[in-house]
Amino acid sequence: MTETGRKAVLKASGLSKFFPGVRALDKVDFELAEGEIHALLGENGAGKSTLIKLVTGVYGRDEGTIQLAGEEVDPKDTTDAQRLGIGTVYQEVNLLPNLSVAENLFLGRQPMRFGLVDRKAMKARAKALLAEYNLHLDPAEPLSRFSVAVQQIIAIARAVDLSGRVLILDEPTASLDAGEVQVLFRIMRRLRDRGMGVVFVTHFLDQVYEVSDRITVLRNGRLVGTRETAELPRLELVSMMLGRELSAEALHRGGRREVAGEPLVSFKGFGKNRYVEPFDLEIRRGEVVGMAGLLGSGRTETAKLAFGIEQADSGEARVEGHPVKLQSPRDAIRLRFGYCPEDRKTEGIVGELSVRENIILALQARRGWLKPLPRREQEEIAGRYIKLLGIKTPDAERSIQFLSGGNQQKALLARWLATDPEFLILDEPTRGIDVGAHAEIIRLIERLCDDGLALLVISSEIEEIVSYSDRVVVLRDRRHVGSLSGDEVAMEPIMQTIAGA
Amino acid sequence: MTGMAPAFPAIRKALPQIGALAVVLLANWLVFPGFFDIRLQDGRLFGSVVDVFVRGAPVALLALGMTLVIATKGIDLSVGAVMAIAGAVAASMTNAGHGLPLTILAAIGVGLVCGLWNGMLVALLRIQPIVATLILMVAGRGIAQLITEGQIITFVDPALIFLAGGSFLSIPMPVVLVILMFVLTLLLVRATALGLMIEAIGVNLLSSAYSGVNTKVVLIAVYGWAGICAAVAGLVVAADIHGADANNAGLWLELDAILASVIGGTSLLGGRFNITLALLGALIIQAMNTGILLSGFRPEFNLVVKALVVLAVLLFQSPQLMGMLRVTFRRAPK
Repeated sequence: MTETGRKAVLKASGLSKFFPGVRALDKVDFELAEGEIHALLGENGAGKSTLIKLVTGVYGRDEGTIQLAGEEVDPKDTTDAQRLGIGTVYQEVNLLPNLSVAENLFLGRQPMRFGLVDRKAMKARAKALLAEYNLHLDPAEPLSRFSVAVQQIIAIARAVDLSGRVLILDEPTASLDAGEVQVLFRIMRRLRDRGMGVVFVTHFLDQVYEVSDRITVLRNGRLVGTRETAELPRLELVSMMLGRELSAEALHRGGRREVAGEPLVSFKGFGKNRYVEPFDLEIRRGEVVGMAGLLGSGRTETAKLAFGIEQADSGEARVEGHPVKLQSPRDAIRLRFGYCPEDRKTEGIVGELSVRENIILALQARRGWLKPLPRREQEEIAGRYIKLLGIKTPDAERSIQFLSGGNQQKALLARWLATDPEFLILDEPTRGIDVGAHAEIIRLIERLCDDGLALLVISSEIEEIVSYSDRVVVLRDRRHVGSLSGDEVAMEPIMQTIAGA
Repeated sequence: MTGMAPAFPAIRKALPQIGALAVVLLANWLVFPGFFDIRLQDGRLFGSVVDVFVRGAPVALLALGMTLVIATKGIDLSVGAVMAIAGAVAASMTNAGHGLPLTILAAIGVGLVCGLWNGMLVALLRIQPIVATLILMVAGRGIAQLITEGQIITFVDPALIFLAGGSFLSIPMPVVLVILMFVLTLLLVRATALGLMIEAIGVNLLSSAYSGVNTKVVLIAVYGWAGICAAVAGLVVAADIHGADANNAGLWLELDAILASVIGGTSLLGGRFNITLALLGALIIQAMNTGILLSGFRPEFNLVVKALVVLAVLLFQSPQLMGMLRVTFRRAPK
């Protein structure tokens, strides 16, 4: 029995998962009651997907137990989990678009007759099954004929038909429009009323409040808490997700400074349709502007516009007051911009190449292919930054892919520092980095700013933003909704602006 | 001493290829004791070993360009067809009375245009390389036939024939051309920063673009170079048979060139490349072809034996297998 008096259908106790150098999940308890919609929330890297993957048997757990209706279970893979009664539907529908709806529903368990698939029976059963979801369509049509929303419902129908006790929906609404979301919610509520436990993973707070009964929040692989939705104010939820305890690190950098003078970089009405709404942003030399907001609020999108990866369709960018062309990363680099992306692995490092080659890459690219840096100069530059930033590597010739996340991040910083930049954009510079390297990176940011660089730093860690920012820009739903400076650069005002409360 | 240190790892890395070549050459010597005999005749080297180098020249030339393309995570299926086009252009030019320089220039120019076409499909239109180059692979033979008007155009111009039959310092011209193109390619990629950029693009296109590498220009240039290499190979083949055969010149050679690159340790997933080892790969392939001809086996065996040797070289390069073997051998003595 749960505290609320309902029977627990799924109960995970003390679940832990370790990856080399990371605690992806640290002794997390999670309880799903029969007949409830339970929202699972947390920022990227909070441990939501790890928790789901442990429960559905994708990963083996390192610690903890999983109980299903009071009985201890040990799902070995997703098929095993489905057999036990736990079904999952992912954001990207993982069905086969080229097969028919009926085949998708009954794949691997088609009704048979004389050793052959009984298509007629399969079609009839598919039709009956989908009718329960108010979906009246021809099950012989290929799945790809239908919209993502319909495919989503078919995936749910399959999962419920297979499993029937627990349904996990991993960001099911990410690609649906408002009407389709309502259809999905109706189905979720009906399944709840039938006594199923539904886990709902999302980033949209409005939807959480609309449909869920309880909320569990994870942060940095730990359980922050489980609360009744009706009794949890929005602001408190945001602070649960983002964390509020001020670490010693946060107090590191004395007072906030009002940085005076002309802006080095300024954007006016800069934006792109369906990407980020037009925004104004000014950054001066020696100033750190923090960018806060929930995941998907348009932070990375702003950075990509500012670095020319995406092309703005409105507004203008100026450097030292002169309008500039910003159509590509090459334009940005010519203007002495630098960008450390959020997704280090796919957008930052060049895995197979050495630390040396990774560090000199941007500098070499700016010089052009006809002016190669002499090998000795490359080694000198790489050696200097390895020492300066304390990059831990056996030598500069080691493949960068074998370095830890923190050291990869430092090498990427070195890549830009080697180009002698004036404006650096750091997107989640401390994500996925262990605590020691975390503090070092923050100290580095402060040192760069003291050296007169203009910095735009994106982070999900509000306390971190508070610690080093002179000003903070807050984004919500792809809009710049606030700019805080002076005493307003503090946990409470930032979170209030994020929550829109 | 300082020169020695870096040379050692380079040789160690080449061990599978050197070993495979040694085994193949040894096998050739066993089935044909006169294999290593070389004689000088009319100021040109002759002999079975020399033959391996001469016959292997077209694939070696293709492998130079192919290796760069593969390093960018691409592939160029059209080089065989480009050889045919270049041969057809050279044959018609020479029969129209143009001199050798203009003939060569025209053939190479056409090869370059073909390569640039591939490069633009890949870099600008973002068509998958295997599909993009398949277009010219199919269409190219048609273009070559249009140039030759469906005939095999023969020519007697000694200057053009010299490219295959002549020699320089006793070295047969095809080998001279391979050495020339090898040095040019090496200079192009290693004396500039192009090699680094090619490898960076092959490993991670996005990271390279975000770092300011001009990925489009580099990609187009690489396919362009592959086109030039193919044109030179086409010239050699045409000069060899004293004519342009639109249907058969360079037929299936793109696959041998890919094989040579892969045997040379360049991964089809892109990244690190080594054109020296790719040349070794081309030599291994040709040594096998020659060996089987010399041995008197039916040529059908050629393909099977080739597959086995390729398998052996690739297995030797597999870190997984080597790791497994190491574990087995460590346990075995007990």
